[in-house]
Amino acid sequence: MKPSLVPAVSRDYFEDLSKKAIGALGPNEYLFLVLDVECSQFVRFNKGVRQTGVIDDASVEVTLVLESSPGVLKRASREISLSGISYQDREAIREAVGILRVEVPGLPQDPFAELPKDPGSSTTVKTGNLLPTESVPANILDAVGDNVDLAGIYAAGPVIRGMANSAGLIHWFSSEFFSFDYSLYTSAQRAVKGIYGGSEWNDDDFRRSISSALQKLKLLERQPRKIGRGSYRTFLEPAAVGALIEMFSWGAIGESSIRQGESPLRWLRGGEKKLSPRFSLAEDFSRGQTPRFNQLGELAPERLILIDKGELAHSLVSSRSSKEYGVSGNAAEMNEALRAPSVAPGTLEQGECLGRLGTGLHVSNLHYLNWSDQSGGRITGMTRYACFWIENGKIVAPIENMRFDDSIFQLFGSNLEELTRACEFLPESGTYDKRSVGGVRVPGMLVSGMQFTL
Amino acid sequence: MDENLKAALRQAERVLGNKPEWLGFRKVREVSTTRYVRDGHPQANHSSVSEGVMVEVLENGQFGYAATTRTDFESLVMAAQKARSHALQGSRYPIHRFTVAQRPAVQGAFESDFGKSIPSAGELNELLVEICRKLDRPGPSTPPSTSKEPRPKIIRRSALFETIDTEAQFVSSNGSDARQNTRQVVGWFQATAQAGDVVQKRSDERCGQGGWERFNTPDLWNRVERVAEEALELTQAEDCPSEKLDLILMPDQMMLQIHESIGHPLELDRILGDERNYAGWSFVKKEDFGSFVYGSPFMNVTFDPGVAGELASYAFDDNGTVSTREYLIKNGILVRALGGGESQARSGLPGVANSRACSWNRPPIDRMANLNLEPGTDSLADIIASVDRGVLMKTNRSWSIDDFRNKFQFGCEYAKLIENGKLTRTLKNANYRGITAPFWRSLKKVGDPSTVEIFGATNCGKGEPNQSIRVGHSSPVCLFENVEVFGGAS
Repeated sequence: MKPSLVPAVSRDYFEDLSKKAIGALGPNEYLFLVLDVECSQFVRFNKGVRQTGVIDDASVEVTLVLESSPGVLKRASREISLSGISYQDREAIREAVGILRVEVPGLPQDPFAELPKDPGSSTTVKTGNLLPTESVPANILDAVGDNVDLAGIYAAGPVIRGMANSAGLIHWFSSEFFSFDYSLYTSAQRAVKGIYGGSEWNDDDFRRSISSALQKLKLLERQPRKIGRGSYRTFLEPAAVGALIEMFSWGAIGESSIRQGESPLRWLRGGEKKLSPRFSLAEDFSRGQTPRFNQLGELAPERLILIDKGELAHSLVSSRSSKEYGVSGNAAEMNEALRAPSVAPGTLEQGECLGRLGTGLHVSNLHYLNWSDQSGGRITGMTRYACFWIENGKIVAPIENMRFDDSIFQLFGSNLEELTRACEFLPESGTYDKRSVGGVRVPGMLVSGMQFTL
Repeated sequence: MDENLKAALRQAERVLGNKPEWLGFRKVREVSTTRYVRDGHPQANHSSVSEGVMVEVLENGQFGYAATTRTDFESLVMAAQKARSHALQGSRYPIHRFTVAQRPAVQGAFESDFGKSIPSAGELNELLVEICRKLDRPGPSTPPSTSKEPRPKIIRRSALFETIDTEAQFVSSNGSDARQNTRQVVGWFQATAQAGDVVQKRSDERCGQGGWERFNTPDLWNRVERVAEEALELTQAEDCPSEKLDLILMPDQMMLQIHESIGHPLELDRILGDERNYAGWSFVKKEDFGSFVYGSPFMNVTFDPGVAGELASYAFDDNGTVSTREYLIKNGILVRALGGGESQARSGLPGVANSRACSWNRPPIDRMANLNLEPGTDSLADIIASVDRGVLMKTNRSWSIDDFRNKFQFGCEYAKLIENGKLTRTLKNANYRGITAPFWRSLKKVGDPSTVEIFGATNCGKGEPNQSIRVGHSSPVCLFENVEVFGGAS
């Protein structure tokens, strides 16, 4: 019987595939290989089990760079599925390189392409202690209980990211982890959101997560209040702050988006605007939950301050932007998106949040955010899940969901009163194409005004 | 037909011993290419080949799945064993006892029009570079009305072309043996213009099944010229006013309006709560079908995977249900849900053939396919002439809607003020907001067939695990009464 994709696609296996592909390169040809592997269990719940199964997926992206004449680089890439069966994968990579070898000479010069470098290889292996595959539905549904309306997704198993190049570099990141992203519902369809994730499943911790969500759910049984349009003092829980921080990845913190006029942070660079001195944002890989290497094999700094006390300290700069704009790169991914965002904490104690809020809104989650005026820095989105109207520091009633439309220069600027001392790590549970790794580390945030429009 | 897949299925049936209630293999091979040029330089010349098999087993009334990149007999048999094991585990906590009726036997083949052949990688790059060059138009030679204002210029030019060729084969223990081959193409270009602090974008996207002709239309270079000129024009435009006005939406914005405020709320799995932990629920309830007034009597919406050239045309869905054209909303009344066989069995409601998976590595769920607003009787000129004061908006640039699909806010790249039945000034940062049913009930006029255009959404996200899929939308021009419109940050 064949071994499954993990451990079949081991570091040695990847290195062997890479070396064989690199050994077959012609003169003036260079190669990058980027590996993605996962053996994932997914159980989707809607009261009971809606869908359940496993997905074994592996692929490698091969990028061929041709130096067609001195200093003139042309490049193309091809991603192919891998089987973990050596002779098949070697042949598939050989075929992919062959196709690229035919295609690349006919392409225009890419003035921002990079040749492979070897600044040093890395290996990160994180093993986990996950629930036995067969016991997942029972463990989760028994802990939640028969009378609780639950929906959610359990995702678990090993995820591998690898990278090699023809300069001899090889990076390997292997992590075994799980996430249970869930919500609990009242009979009136009001919900509390929770996420329990990590590398070590612990029944007690999981039951505490559910118990905490159930406590909150009771508050949602109260008669909801409809709030009119206007500006309200608002306390945003870490999950809501995390949703706002995600927008920095969407054409804001990248050097190319600043240079190309779409980012609202160009106003910070020009000095026309500032964010609050209480707001600092960094890329922080120190917790090791995200690979530090990018598609080219460059290693990002373990910690890079992006916004320092309201001022733009660094943007995320890929090697392409570095070449195009003549600035130093910081090993950002090509899309210059955040990979390990961390917002600096403030001084507000957890127990003081509602008291400091006084009267206003307590928002647990935000939903479906988008720029309503990107270059102007305005974001729209909805409140979602357990959001409450607060009077004199006390929870009065859940609110009906509301649309907000406000500027980052208000929310992270003039209206930012305080951030909480405690930060939460919110694991990334996204699974488009493949299971995401990492997450965002954020505190809660108190703002003196947030504009609600519908 | 790939006889190997059928042989592997028979082998798996034998190895599984006690015959499962149902066993199916869905093999998918998707070959895609992306060519992307910015400011005359290639940014991406990427292709991908994704290939694997989704194995599904029905056991004890529960479906379980195992998907794998390995397509040899031994691996597919192992996948069938895993899928059965997951089905059995899940069957202790059923939400419904499914039967083989949710996987009807289907035989046949479907092939989309592949149209004109796609140019080589080098030729495509040359064309995209040329589009960038032509987008790089100078600003107006005469200074803007107030000469102190800076002269607008194009600061960013982009062009992209993608192809997605998909071969899918579906075989099952109850005799399904079906194959579908499609080619989808997406072509897009965009100009960003700046004048002082004002930055504005204008873009053009075409997508559909077919070939090169979907993008390379006879008016391609006119479209390029228009995008550049309108980007420059927007830098000089005033902001959209903030007031309640009549609103005309062109088909490239109607596409988004249909998608977000008709398509998603009518997905039966959302109504049944499957999506409520991720994409969200729906304001529509099971009891609404047959009586709920969704919109004005001018509103007629069809599910139609049979429109040649539209992005999501097919003959049968990924669970084997043969697709047919169906009215979802007729004369404003909600009549049918976007629900596949499993959701129909759970809800007892009529649905459509829309169980779709984004690839071999995801299980099918209820999706849109081609979801179209049927044309009415008014010409564009008549619609504009009927408006005393209003705004005409084109091309989506911002979208957001709540998890029950009620409160939406959408923004457009380009708008025109309408005064006394005539288009007058250009407006930038045009947004509008509303609540789904009242908005559709304010639908006052629907354009005639001459105003219909076909677009699509190429990255519709949904599902746990997440799935991004391509869907088609065709629509005429529409007029809505008394809508809240507003402008930008400044």
